[in-house]
Amino acid sequence: MLDYEKYLRYRTFPVPWCPGCGIGMIFKAVAMTFSKLEWEPNDIAVVSGIGCSGRLSTYFNTNSLHTTHGRALTFATGVKLSNPDKHVVVFSGDGDALAIGGNHFIHACRRNLNMKMVVINNNIYGMTGGQVSPTTPTGFISTTTPYGNTEPHFNTVELAKAAGATYVARETVNRPRQLLKVLEKAFKHTGFAVVEVISNCHINLGRRNKLKHPIPMLDWINQQTIPIAKAKDMSEDELELKYVVGEFVHRHRPDYFEVYENKVVKKAKGE
Amino acid sequence: MSEVKIRSGNELVVEGAIAAGCKIFGGYPITPSSEIAEGMARELPKVDGLFIQMEDELAAMGAVIGASLGGKKVLTATSGPGFSLKQENLGVAMIAEVPVVIVNVMRGGPSTGLPTRGAQGDVMQARWGTHGDHPVIALAPAFPEEVFTTTIEAFNLAEKYMTPVILLLDEIVGHSHEPVELPKEGEYEIINRKYPDKVEDLAIYKREMGEPPLRPDFFMGYPIHVESLEHSDQGYPNTVPENVEVQQKRRLLKIENHKNEIIKYKTHFTDDAELVIFAFGSMARSALEAIKLLREEGIKVGLFQPITIWPFPEEQLKDVVKDRDTLVVELNWGQLIYEVERVLKDNKVHSLLKMTGMAITPNEIIDKIKEIKNA
Repeated sequence: MLDYEKYLRYRTFPVPWCPGCGIGMIFKAVAMTFSKLEWEPNDIAVVSGIGCSGRLSTYFNTNSLHTTHGRALTFATGVKLSNPDKHVVVFSGDGDALAIGGNHFIHACRRNLNMKMVVINNNIYGMTGGQVSPTTPTGFISTTTPYGNTEPHFNTVELAKAAGATYVARETVNRPRQLLKVLEKAFKHTGFAVVEVISNCHINLGRRNKLKHPIPMLDWINQQTIPIAKAKDMSEDELELKYVVGEFVHRHRPDYFEVYENKVVKKAKGE
Repeated sequence: MSEVKIRSGNELVVEGAIAAGCKIFGGYPITPSSEIAEGMARELPKVDGLFIQMEDELAAMGAVIGASLGGKKVLTATSGPGFSLKQENLGVAMIAEVPVVIVNVMRGGPSTGLPTRGAQGDVMQARWGTHGDHPVIALAPAFPEEVFTTTIEAFNLAEKYMTPVILLLDEIVGHSHEPVELPKEGEYEIINRKYPDKVEDLAIYKREMGEPPLRPDFFMGYPIHVESLEHSDQGYPNTVPENVEVQQKRRLLKIENHKNEIIKYKTHFTDDAELVIFAFGSMARSALEAIKLLREEGIKVGLFQPITIWPFPEEQLKDVVKDRDTLVVELNWGQLIYEVERVLKDNKVHSLLKMTGMAITPNEIIDKIKEIKNA
């Protein structure tokens, strides 16, 4: 049993998430990963944006920073630049990472600072009451798509891959053991690592789409889940609206600081 | 004093920032401020600092706030459109009380406006650009050496009062190359932020009313939480009205209560002047030239030149001007004049306000003074 309690800031509890919300499970998985890797709380900075996922930073007993909508990665970049030897972990929701903060997401992937990003994708703007997000499945009802979502949805993994992230994985809240495995690999990775976790919002997405209780909503996520090995034999049409899970990218590319030290500092100092 | 160099205002911001101990610059290119980013990119790696060009203006603002929380002195530079984009995250630095220096080399607006032309149209945006009630320090140097020393002063004030400081240059100040003699290291004061005696003290925002926080940086030994939400003394989200009132007032009063230590201004030829011009930045330069020429004709005019724009030098202006007439010269269609009129409500306040993309010249000021005199 891992002693992960030292990573929890009990004095800020209770947590704000609805009963049955998947974020609690992701919260625990990340705390357990910190514990497994034996990172000291003071050596970690958790940075988050706005929304249900944005509240996470408050509850970690690490250095923590709650920022503005979509901008968590930018603040995290500054924290990392000021302390390259410390661990910086960013939480973003689907709205944060893929809508208002999409630009920061692609450039963080490209830049390859040694930071970790957990994208909690619950397919909806939950905290503000259930407005459509860039990952809401086509056809789903939200408060701003009362006749059904007509827009196609983003694929976080493909975006991160294309933008140059050096570690990319996807898991769901139904697969805690697999999630722990990819979180550990991501956090150990040197470079920008993205883990997307598909989570359930039965309150503000499910209830308008015949999935108003946690169990049916989690079942629905399960039905959409395809392990990466199996997905290889499936067509694009068959994979539409599916959550392919597993590890997609694990490659080495010199991280930002390695390049800066070798290519910039030495030249500037005339060494 | 050392040798005479030829420098632009933007280059002097770079030298001032390095002298102040700035270690991280996060920016995004924009005319007419880009020479600041270029200079920092060249100089920071030489002093174990780090330059990063972010993907946009919002990111630049976020990055410098994050780096400041990590314990570094930080700078970002922009112009009007970028300053607009920075406003939301500027609010984070205000509510979370994070020292950062933001340079805005003002150009003609609104919108894309006149990118290569000087203006002074962002003084009210510097005061009220981000939403909500917030404290502001904004400085506007005019002369080359003043740009250097005011840049250092901006860092000192940011660190001392744990707050963002806005350095307002205008395109004319930023781009004019002039000879300058700079003070040497040791001839100017450098202030660094203070830390609490015990880093284990979680009440990082608990101070006497009107005092800046004593907060450890990240990774200093005890994990802290920093919030964009209104927060308690411990920095945790909090909406209890009594607490909100204390936090809001403490942040506002930390500037208000210390404004007489913060405010810097200069007077030129005011003692025997019949009329006192109020002008800052490049317009103070035009006004001073006009004053010298007018004095050759026996017309005695003086200049009140605020270097601190916010907090507004109310008492200082009143003390200097007394009951004399004033002429406000601004490179906009009327912004700081509202403050001057408020402070000098019993005086006659004249105006020469213009924003056409060209400087208001000494001759225009001379004509205006003569018009006032002959009226």
